[in-house]
Amino acid sequence: MENFDITLAQNIAYILAAILFITGIKMLGKEATAQRGNVISAIGMFVAIIVTAINIVNPFVVLGGIMLGAFIGSVIAIRVKMTSIPEMVALFNGFGGLATFFIAWSEMSNSNDNLFQYLLVILTIYIGGVTFSGSLIAFGKLSERLKIGKGHLLTNLFISIFYISLISILAMLVLPMIGSLPLNFETIFYIYLALVMLGGVGFVLPIGGGDMPVVISLLNSLSGIAAAFAGLILVNNVLIVAGSLVGASGLILTIIMAKAMNRTIGNILFVGYAASGTSSSSEQGEVKPINAEDAFLILENASSVLIVPGYGMAVAQAQHVVRELGELLDENGTDVKYGIHPVAGRMPGHMNVLLAEANVSYDLLAEPDDVNPMMDTVDVAIVIGANDVVNPSATEEPGSPIYGMPILEVANARTVFVLKRSMSSGFAGVQNPLFFKENTRMLFGDAKESISGLVSEFKD
Amino acid sequence: MEIYILLGFVLILSIYLGLELISKVPSTLHTPLMSGANAISGIALVGALTLTQDTFLQTVIAFLAITFASINVFGGYLVTNRMLSMFKKK
Repeated sequence: MENFDITLAQNIAYILAAILFITGIKMLGKEATAQRGNVISAIGMFVAIIVTAINIVNPFVVLGGIMLGAFIGSVIAIRVKMTSIPEMVALFNGFGGLATFFIAWSEMSNSNDNLFQYLLVILTIYIGGVTFSGSLIAFGKLSERLKIGKGHLLTNLFISIFYISLISILAMLVLPMIGSLPLNFETIFYIYLALVMLGGVGFVLPIGGGDMPVVISLLNSLSGIAAAFAGLILVNNVLIVAGSLVGASGLILTIIMAKAMNRTIGNILFVGYAASGTSSSSEQGEVKPINAEDAFLILENASSVLIVPGYGMAVAQAQHVVRELGELLDENGTDVKYGIHPVAGRMPGHMNVLLAEANVSYDLLAEPDDVNPMMDTVDVAIVIGANDVVNPSATEEPGSPIYGMPILEVANARTVFVLKRSMSSGFAGVQNPLFFKENTRMLFGDAKESISGLVSEFKD
Repeated sequence: MEIYILLGFVLILSIYLGLELISKVPSTLHTPLMSGANAISGIALVGALTLTQDTFLQTVIAFLAITFASINVFGGYLVTNRMLSMFKKK
């Protein structure tokens, strides 16, 4: 601890920074104050960094690192497309985890005589390292660069390494009590570092794309916990406060996401959807396709329309034409609302970000609890690339893997348009009886082209 | 050991405070909240700045920790701000 003496002035500034973080995160929770909240939290960060940098060890290393990081981070943040936000959040999150991994590694040499400090270092290395490599895998999956999933040979290999890495934590903790070691401690320590990094890969690799909102929230929480642990190691209160706030917020989001899927966090992380073949018993019937012209005629006479976007809208980048269609309907005197399911897309609030980018007013967006009671007054529900979040099996079929998951009950609307590329099933691998309902019409094709077709019908 | 009890006290209270603050956030703000919280986790930068740099390895580790934490801080705040500037009510 004597390696860095935190002076009184610094501690006072840290208290100020902590207050700014708390205020900022509180304001982030309301639409009207969110942007200011983010600025306040950034000021808190600025204060904390400046007072720490007053007595820096090596200005070249410190300023060089900050400038390099600021440059890379800013370029990514300014240039990233809004459709790529999920993977960007995952990537930044991973870098935060990596930083704590390095901090703990560096503090290893200061922990020789203190068993508790040693324990903290081992744990922080684990959490930080897994956050980093796990986030990288999440980044790969979200940007669709990485196609390896559950059941792949490599996946199974990495899952084994993940379990070995968990056991290795225990091994590292008992190590100091063993007198003579087969290898020298340094070698064992480097093996541990490698195991941690590979273990994070095995942690996220088997988890499917549809479960990504949960994984991202959890990794977000872990990066906060890692920072808080680093604060314990360095005896630095501001790291503990800020890290804990992030850990708590990530945890809440994780729980919200898991609830929206009606599954436990453990089930999502370690089991995945069971490939149950039992639920296909219900009669399928025939799907009724519709073309843009007929769909337009129905929409033209509708007095209320509910638009339900899903991951398909993100893939087709259809948010702008969706907004255009919404505006045309509105001009036509139709009441337009957007039904947003919490786990639609690949991260918490994914649909909200896309629609905000397309300039849709946020007070038009409604959650399942708000729209479901009024569903029978909706003339047309337009489902755009969403599948499991509107699957009536969740309420009708007790045998279904997704039974009990809260859904948007679009099947109760007078007419349902489903925009879909093909008849393949959603992330849960469950057939969707909605497609075969009496009041459902299928508009096959790319979501963006289908909506553009409707828009041009309106304009003619 | 006493210091850890004190720090643990701060840890527990902060987690509790975080849970209370964020328990009722509208789903519109889930992404900005996550991204904004993510930027705060870049506080690791403050820790990275205090690392010992006696040996070459330590210097390299400190440099990497500072760089990656800085990416997290700057990228995180900027992208959150960009996102929030799009959220409008008309």
